[in-house]
Amino acid sequence: MSMLTPNAPLAAEGRADEGRADAQAGVQTGTPAPRFIPDRIEGPAASILKSWEALLLALFVAIFTVNSFASPYFLDIWNLSDATFNFTEKAIVALALAFVILSGEIDISVAGIIALASTAMGATALAGHPMPVVVAAGLLTGLACGAFNGFLVTVLELPSIVATIGTMSLFRGLAYGLLGDGAYTDYPDGFDYFGQGYVWEWLSFEFAAFLALAVLAGVILHGTAFGRTVRAIGHNPSAARFSGLRVKRVKFWLFLTTGLAAGLASVMLTSRLGSTRPSIATGWELEIITMVVLGGVSITGGTGSIPGVVLAALVMGLVTFGLGLLNVPGIIMSIVVGAMLITVIALPVLARRVALWLRRPAP
Amino acid sequence: MNGLGKVLQAREALLLVAGAILLALVSTRSPGFVSPSNLAGVFTDSAILIILAIGQAAVILTRSIDLSVAANLALTGMAGAMLNAAYPELPVPVLLLASAGMGLALGAFNGLLVWKIGLPSIVVTLGTLTIYRGFTFVLSGGEWVNTFQMSPAFLDLPRTVLFGLPVLAWLAVAVIAAAALLFRRTRTGRALYAVGGNPVAAVYAGVDAGRTVFLAFCFSGLLAGLCGYLWVSRFAVAYVDIAAGFELDVIAACVIGGVSIAGGVGSVAGAVLGALFLGIIKNALPVVGISPFWQMSISGAIIIAAVILNTRAERTKGRVILRRMDIGREAGA
Repeated sequence: MSMLTPNAPLAAEGRADEGRADAQAGVQTGTPAPRFIPDRIEGPAASILKSWEALLLALFVAIFTVNSFASPYFLDIWNLSDATFNFTEKAIVALALAFVILSGEIDISVAGIIALASTAMGATALAGHPMPVVVAAGLLTGLACGAFNGFLVTVLELPSIVATIGTMSLFRGLAYGLLGDGAYTDYPDGFDYFGQGYVWEWLSFEFAAFLALAVLAGVILHGTAFGRTVRAIGHNPSAARFSGLRVKRVKFWLFLTTGLAAGLASVMLTSRLGSTRPSIATGWELEIITMVVLGGVSITGGTGSIPGVVLAALVMGLVTFGLGLLNVPGIIMSIVVGAMLITVIALPVLARRVALWLRRPAP
Repeated sequence: MNGLGKVLQAREALLLVAGAILLALVSTRSPGFVSPSNLAGVFTDSAILIILAIGQAAVILTRSIDLSVAANLALTGMAGAMLNAAYPELPVPVLLLASAGMGLALGAFNGLLVWKIGLPSIVVTLGTLTIYRGFTFVLSGGEWVNTFQMSPAFLDLPRTVLFGLPVLAWLAVAVIAAAALLFRRTRTGRALYAVGGNPVAAVYAGVDAGRTVFLAFCFSGLLAGLCGYLWVSRFAVAYVDIAAGFELDVIAACVIGGVSIAGGVGSVAGAVLGALFLGIIKNALPVVGISPFWQMSISGAIIIAAVILNTRAERTKGRVILRRMDIGREAGA
């Protein structure tokens, strides 16, 4: 009988009617009910978890509506278009980092990569190279940094959190070492397009690229074997390895892609600012990780979706933009974002606990 | 346990040797660097990093991480400075206690979220990092508290020289001694290792794992609060961005000192040596004529080298499979 009690809430949480039927059957026959092990957590509380994207969408709509009433300048297509600039670059890196976090790893060096790639571009531009070479320098630097991270994590098998704390210092440190307190400000003609150009009317190149990459990332994660592989690795790396998945190779690719995405973000940011300083994109790593986690990607790996990350990026962008229009200083917004991060992560846990408590077996 | 202890001692000996070689190299360029008075200066300069690294070590031992220490330091430091500016007659020990108590409360908040709600510590402290820093702005309104607003007693305490060393250095010594006792000789201290080494076994052995993690966060917060006062008083200014990014230096000191991010492995001596190693480099670079701008990349390279060495050392303990799985799981946490 003692076996039944801990099972009952589990079953109830799992699949309400079936679970209850099992429990009753157990009571009627006097034997313990067949142990019901749910293959996934469902039920009212978990349905919130499942519709994480719905929650974010509701948040998005709410913030959008509040902002429209709060400021007369909000509902202006050009203003909204301008607003996308402050989060697009971060969101592009977040798309790639989502895969890394899904696989159970983390990359804290992304902002360091942006700084080093920007420095490389500044140096090539100073040497008089044309625009395509400058862009290639940025992307290749990102790729090389990503490869180095991947090497440390997959070949030397270092824990990614400390390895990328190290490379974060290394990459940004190289930018500081090379540039010191100087700055690169001369970029070739045409380079400004990546951060300031428009594809069509009010649709900026940055935002268009973000949308295209979001679709690509979504298709890869949710529609391909590779995407499932990444999630399998995040759920249980040992089981994935025993199933014949190339865990290390996949992880290497993910770090490489994140490096490339940081390189691309660096091209856009450098082009938008028109200058490079070693302090460029300081603190972005934490904002980008916040974006991914807020998007419903579990920090321990395995669960998460691209639509969630995209919505989280939009929510963070909107909050920042809306509060900005109301002249709220940026640092207050960081309180909002930090509180949002903790609340949104804690909410499903608390909801599940309340649901368990409500469905506890009668004494 | 004895074998494990030897490995640990060997690692700290290795770090000590590396530090000595570093000092010898610097002294070939500048003999004055290794004079006792200068070394005492380096120790004093590293004192805050040492104290924070010890707090962080307690947290990392339990397989958690505290990214909010620098933000905690900024908030408590700002609060202490504003309190001093508003009520200069308030005795400094009271301010010191207030800062430490406030830091403790902020650390306890982290700990409660991790313990009672079961959130991953990296997410919690990522959130509180921005929240605490934000509240520093709210509290100060973005204003600075400048030297002339602080009372002489407030500014003088860390600088007062006792028996040849400033109080700041003595405080670090006291924290080192207390932490060494705590880690090695108390139930809670041993629980830190037990929970980090194998949380399941620790629970079966009667250790309250959640409570131990909570206490580790309280300890880290308490020391961050203490450092809040020390930082503001030492640099004689308080503003929103003080110690921004310092949390990563603190974690780096632990990692260099052999505190394993996978939990359960590490010591107070290691954390102290790791912090001193970074302190020596920071102080030696200008002396040997390397631009301080290179300091960041050098510490980055040292962190990577230290992690490689430590990971290799952990693997020779004859439980390769278990360890690797642990590391793999921890990597994401």
